[in-house]
Amino acid sequence: MSLPSISTSIGETMSVSVTINGSSHSLEIEPRRSLADVIREDVGLTGTHLGCEHGVCGACTILVDGEPSRACLMLGVHADGTEITTIEGLAEPDGTKHPIQEAMKQAMSFQCAFCSPGFLMSTVALLRDNPNPTEAEIREELSGNLCRCTGYTSIVEGVQTAVTLVANTGETA
Amino acid sequence: MKNPPFNYHRPATVGEALGLLAEHGDEAKILAGGQSLLPVMALRLGQPEHLIDIGAIDELKHITATDGGVAIAAMVRHAEAENSADVKAKAPLVAAALPHVGHRAIRNRGTVVGSVAHADAAAELPAVCLATNATMHIASIEGTREVAAADFFEGFFATALTPTELLTHVRFPASPATTGSTVVEVSRRHGDYAMCGLACSVDISDGTINSAALAFFGVAGTAVRVAEAEAALIGNPPSTEAFAAAADIVSESLDPSGDIHATANYRKHIAATLTRRGLAEAVSTLGVPA
Repeated sequence: MSLPSISTSIGETMSVSVTINGSSHSLEIEPRRSLADVIREDVGLTGTHLGCEHGVCGACTILVDGEPSRACLMLGVHADGTEITTIEGLAEPDGTKHPIQEAMKQAMSFQCAFCSPGFLMSTVALLRDNPNPTEAEIREELSGNLCRCTGYTSIVEGVQTAVTLVANTGETA
Repeated sequence: MKNPPFNYHRPATVGEALGLLAEHGDEAKILAGGQSLLPVMALRLGQPEHLIDIGAIDELKHITATDGGVAIAAMVRHAEAENSADVKAKAPLVAAALPHVGHRAIRNRGTVVGSVAHADAAAELPAVCLATNATMHIASIEGTREVAAADFFEGFFATALTPTELLTHVRFPASPATTGSTVVEVSRRHGDYAMCGLACSVDISDGTINSAALAFFGVAGTAVRVAEAEAALIGNPPSTEAFAAAADIVSESLDPSGDIHATANYRKHIAATLTRRGLAEAVSTLGVPA
C-alpha cells in the first residue's frame, strides 16, 4: 500500500487510520508519540504494557499485520494503514479465552503478569509459524521477552501446554 | 522514556527524501525501521530536529538479485532478508548473520541497511559487509556514489555518509560455490549484542585455502578484519593446525577494551576461540572435512 508524502512541524498532529482488534480507528496523533502510548491512551486498550520503553523488555509486544513488533519502538504514525492485534484481541467477545491464554493459565505461566501480554503475543506468532516447537526453539523465540518472576520455566511449560490445546481446537490467532 | 519532539517528514519518493536531507542536513536523521534510532532518542542520546521517515518509499523495499550478487534496499526489513531465497543463495553470510540480530520482534521492524548505516561496532551486519566486500550505494541531490565497505566504517557509530546523504542500498557480491561462510558469536543471552563475534568466510579449491575473511565485531570502535591472520591461512589445507595458527595471530592483533560485560583479555580469548570455531564451521558448510 502506498502512503502519500506528509510533513508536520513540532506539536502538529497527523491523521492516522488503523484497525485494532478488528475495529477501525481514525486518530489524530502527534508524531513523537509511541504506538504503545497511542494504543493505551487514545484507544484505551491498557493491556499492552510498557516496561522499559526502549525495546529491551518485550512487554509491549503486539502484532502489526500479523507480525510481533515492539509498540514502544514504533511511532503511532507508523500504524497508518496497518492491522493491529493487541492482548485484548485474543479472547472471544464472550470472554472465552484463547487456547494459548488458557494453556498458560493452566501452567501458571503468570505471576505478577506485567510481562504476560508480551509473552502471549509473541507466543501467538510463534505457534502460528511453528505449531510444534522444541523447547530450545521456544526459549529462543521468547528470548526477547523478559520476566522477572517466573524464571521462565512455567512460561515454557505454558507454551508446551498450548501446543496441545491449539492442536486440539485447531485454533490460531 | 518518551521521544523528544521533532518535525516529522514522510516522503513518498527517494527524490523527496534527498530534497529534505539537502534542506535540513545536520538537523535531520533518517528513520527506517527505528529499532536503533528510537531507543537512541528515548534515552536522549540523540535529539534530531527533523526525522525523515523513509518507510513509505516503495522504491526502497526491494531485494534485487543479479548474476553478480544481491542488492538490499534501505527499507528491506531483517525478517524479509532472512526469508529471502536470493539472500540465502547469493549472500549466505548475510543469511547466517540475521538470526543473531536482536529478537524476532526487532527483526520484523528493523532494516538491514539501517543496521549498516547505524554502524554499531558490536553489530553483526557491518562485519558482514567488511567480510564480503559489500558496496555501499549512496545518494544525495548532487548525485550517487559508491563506497567500498572497507572505506565506509570510520569509527564509533561514524561512517562515510555526510549529513545530506542517504544509503539507498547495499550490494553484496555473489558468494562462489567454493566459499564457505558463517557467523559465530558469544553473547550473554540470545539476541543480545555479542561480547565478541566473527563473520568469516573461507574459499577452498583443490584442498587449499585460496582466500579467507575474518571480520570481528564487538572488539573495537568499528568491525575489524585481521589481515595477517587471513594471509596466514592462504596456501594451507583447512586443518585444525592452520585454524589454531590464525587464532593465535587474531589474539595478538586485536586490542579490545574491557567493560562491564567482559574484560579485554576475555574478549581476546573469545576471539581466538571463535576463529577456530568459525573457520571449522565455515568449511563444514562446504562439506569438506576440516
